[in-house]
Amino acid sequence: MSRIVIDEERCKGCLLCAQVCPKTIIAASSRFNAKGYKVAEVPEAAKDKCTGCAACAQMCPDVAIKVWRSVKSKAKEND
Amino acid sequence: MSCQPDIKEELVFDRPAALADVPTHYCPGCQHGVIHRMVAECLEEFGLVERTIAVSSIGCSVFLYNYILVDTVEAPHGRAPAVATGVKRARTDAFVFAYQGDGDLASIGLAEIMHAANRGERISIVFVNNTVYGMTGGQMAPTTMIGQKTTTCPAGRCAEREGGPMRMAEIIASLDGVAYSSRVAVDSVKHMAQAKRALRRAFEVQVKGEGFGFVEFLATCPTNWRVSAVAANERVAKEMIPGFPLGVFKDAAKED
Repeated sequence: MSRIVIDEERCKGCLLCAQVCPKTIIAASSRFNAKGYKVAEVPEAAKDKCTGCAACAQMCPDVAIKVWRSVKSKAKEND
Repeated sequence: MSCQPDIKEELVFDRPAALADVPTHYCPGCQHGVIHRMVAECLEEFGLVERTIAVSSIGCSVFLYNYILVDTVEAPHGRAPAVATGVKRARTDAFVFAYQGDGDLASIGLAEIMHAANRGERISIVFVNNTVYGMTGGQMAPTTMIGQKTTTCPAGRCAEREGGPMRMAEIIASLDGVAYSSRVAVDSVKHMAQAKRALRRAFEVQVKGEGFGFVEFLATCPTNWRVSAVAANERVAKEMIPGFPLGVFKDAAKED
């Protein structure tokens, strides 16, 4: 399963990641980090939709997103 | 997570090693961070990290030396190209780039950038245009767009009174010493890919000794534009790109 990991202490909640996500699975959470920013998250229900395209990670001004892409099930996820 | 064991994953996106793993002081949504990452990635691609000397300017990007792990000289306001000239002439083996904002490069530093470009210094310039003075509180810059409200033109910039925005990539492209000049944006994945190519080429002209390399990045300043980060990013495509067209305005390799 492709997935992203958001470093919540680095996230500033700008939501540019949510704007570029082609699957629109990133949204603001209800949590705040130590700096008081409302962090972005991929809700548990939408996690399997991630294709690992890394659009969010490239867009993130704080380079707070790491992206893992699954090697095996790539073809399956693209449909 | 429980799903990990039998599915093979590869890490496809991570922070480049030349970009310090520290929080930045930039406001939420400020695209300096994206441009810093691209600079760090390009330096790594060319294997230049160990012999790079960066020149940072005055503005929000003044703390560049905290974020990009290369030796850095801090230049007085607008004088980054002049300092970079000195660094490059003294250390011809070093890769030298300056990172400047629009208030720094297009206003107080206009003389330095024009003459460094005209002399064809073997340096690269990363120019970040967000149409305002960011650090000092959102005053009008030479690149502020007609009708754009800032703290020093609260009714919007007026062409009769303040002139129009300066298109630096085109101005620089018209000078003889320049090997490469282009304008890019980082508001979408497609534009980021173009931006990366442009930055690579601006670094390459220095590595190959062809001349002066210049890239203008269109970037956001959500705080001083007084909009959300997402709305600021949308403004780049809606208002900035029509006024500041993207493209390559000069490339020495294509003229031969």
